[in-house]
Amino acid sequence: MAETTHRYRVLIGKPGLDGHDRGAKFIARALRDAGFEVVYTGIRRTPEEIAAAAVQEDVSAVGLSSLSGAHLRLFPAVVDALGKSGAGDIPVLGGGVIPDEDISHLKQAGIVEVFTPGTPVDQIIQAFQQACEAHQGS
Amino acid sequence: MNSDHLLQGLKERDPRAVAKAISLVENGDPLADSILASLDESLIDQALVLGITGPPGAGKSTLTNQIISYFRSQGKRIGVIAIDPSSPISGGAILGDRIRMMQHALDNDVVVRSMATRGRLGGLCAATGAAVRIMASSGCSHIIIETVGVGQSEMDIIRLADITALVLAPGLGDDIQAMKAGLLEVADLLVVNKADCAGAETLAMDMEAVARERREKNEGVIEVCMTVASEGKGIKDMLHVVAKIDEEYRQSGEIMKRRMKSHDLEVLDWAVELIKPKFLKMIAESDTSRKGDPRMKAVEILKKL
Ligand SMILES: Nc1nc2c(ncn2[C@@H]2O[C@H](COP(=O)(O)OP(=O)(O)OP(=O)(O)O)[C@@H](O)[C@H]2O)c(=O)[nH]1
Ligand SMILES: [Mg+2]
Repeated sequence: MAETTHRYRVLIGKPGLDGHDRGAKFIARALRDAGFEVVYTGIRRTPEEIAAAAVQEDVSAVGLSSLSGAHLRLFPAVVDALGKSGAGDIPVLGGGVIPDEDISHLKQAGIVEVFTPGTPVDQIIQAFQQACEAHQGS
Repeated sequence: MNSDHLLQGLKERDPRAVAKAISLVENGDPLADSILASLDESLIDQALVLGITGPPGAGKSTLTNQIISYFRSQGKRIGVIAIDPSSPISGGAILGDRIRMMQHALDNDVVVRSMATRGRLGGLCAATGAAVRIMASSGCSHIIIETVGVGQSEMDIIRLADITALVLAPGLGDDIQAMKAGLLEVADLLVVNKADCAGAETLAMDMEAVARERREKNEGVIEVCMTVASEGKGIKDMLHVVAKIDEEYRQSGEIMKRRMKSHDLEVLDWAVELIKPKFLKMIAESDTSRKGDPRMKAVEILKKL
């Protein structure tokens, strides 16, 4: 497995002010264990910083985590920032403590998948896999 | 994006073009060839490639972040290649060096690229070397390669640097012992980071002794610096030493010599990388029993070339 040279690169970032990155780190490790190369940018990033890093790292998907309740503002802001950097093709996935009624808002705003604390980790990995495949094919 | 677009983008310092070009080489895409063949050789010659290596947690990324700040205050465009090991089991990796450098995230003249070792024997040197040249061609006058100083592949990468700083810190214990043999012999600069922590003085004295010994054996300039990377202390002095070594090595022809050596290494790396699939096919076809002495079979295969 380690022989293949091609690997999906993804970025995991945490926009907003809350300082808990347990969830983000958990996903980062799960993705690594599934064979992804995960650029981790740490906590308290602005949407613009996350977008700029995603461009420089040429990732195939961006995963966001938010526990602060600000996801309705922050997740779409990352989608916008990517678009402004000419990287609107990079899919954005998001997870965290997200009420069911927010999910359709987020999807309308361009977040391709939304995860909640109940989402099984295998499903999350699969969603990243599909997002990356779709991106590479585009 | 086609290769003309990418080359134009590199000239215009477009972050996406730089990133795409690096991905092409990293993934061994055939499109990479025409890009690598058309890079700006004079910019590549002028760029200073600084290797930052040392045990995990010594403060390499924090130091790199401060070095970026310093060079940026002089208006220089900087490239950083931060290498982390791939998991030997899954092949995946967590690339976390960027966390310490996020203050520069919105600065278009700070080009940061994280790379995983991808567990390959060869190929990493080749990909890193190409990334260095792509960054230089896009106008980066200083390029930093950060890598954990353990293992042979890391040692090979560090040969791509014009000047190498080995970053150590007190309290890292046996890691340092394990590295002494290798990296202490190739480093031009020994940086004792975390000078604010207990044990830094002792470590610095040990390093002075190593430096003295190497100077006596005429093994290069070799200097010792102390830094507190987390507070930005000692960075300016350290970079003065780097500049001094650079000047001396450029005059003496040492930089040229090192680049020629690393060029040979990269060519070798590519050769091995490119021949590998062919060899694997030949091996599989040559005998299906999979029995007998592997070395002799290798000799037989080479005869058929
Ligand atoms: N006290 C003190 N802490 C420091 C100093 N420099 C870095 N640190 C801390 O040391 C820890 C590791 O720093 P990094 O810069 O990530 O170290 P690294 O060598 O890049 O680590 P890896 O990339 O994981 O090998 C961080 O918590 C830093 O804040 C320093 O000069 N003094
Ligand atoms: Mg680091």
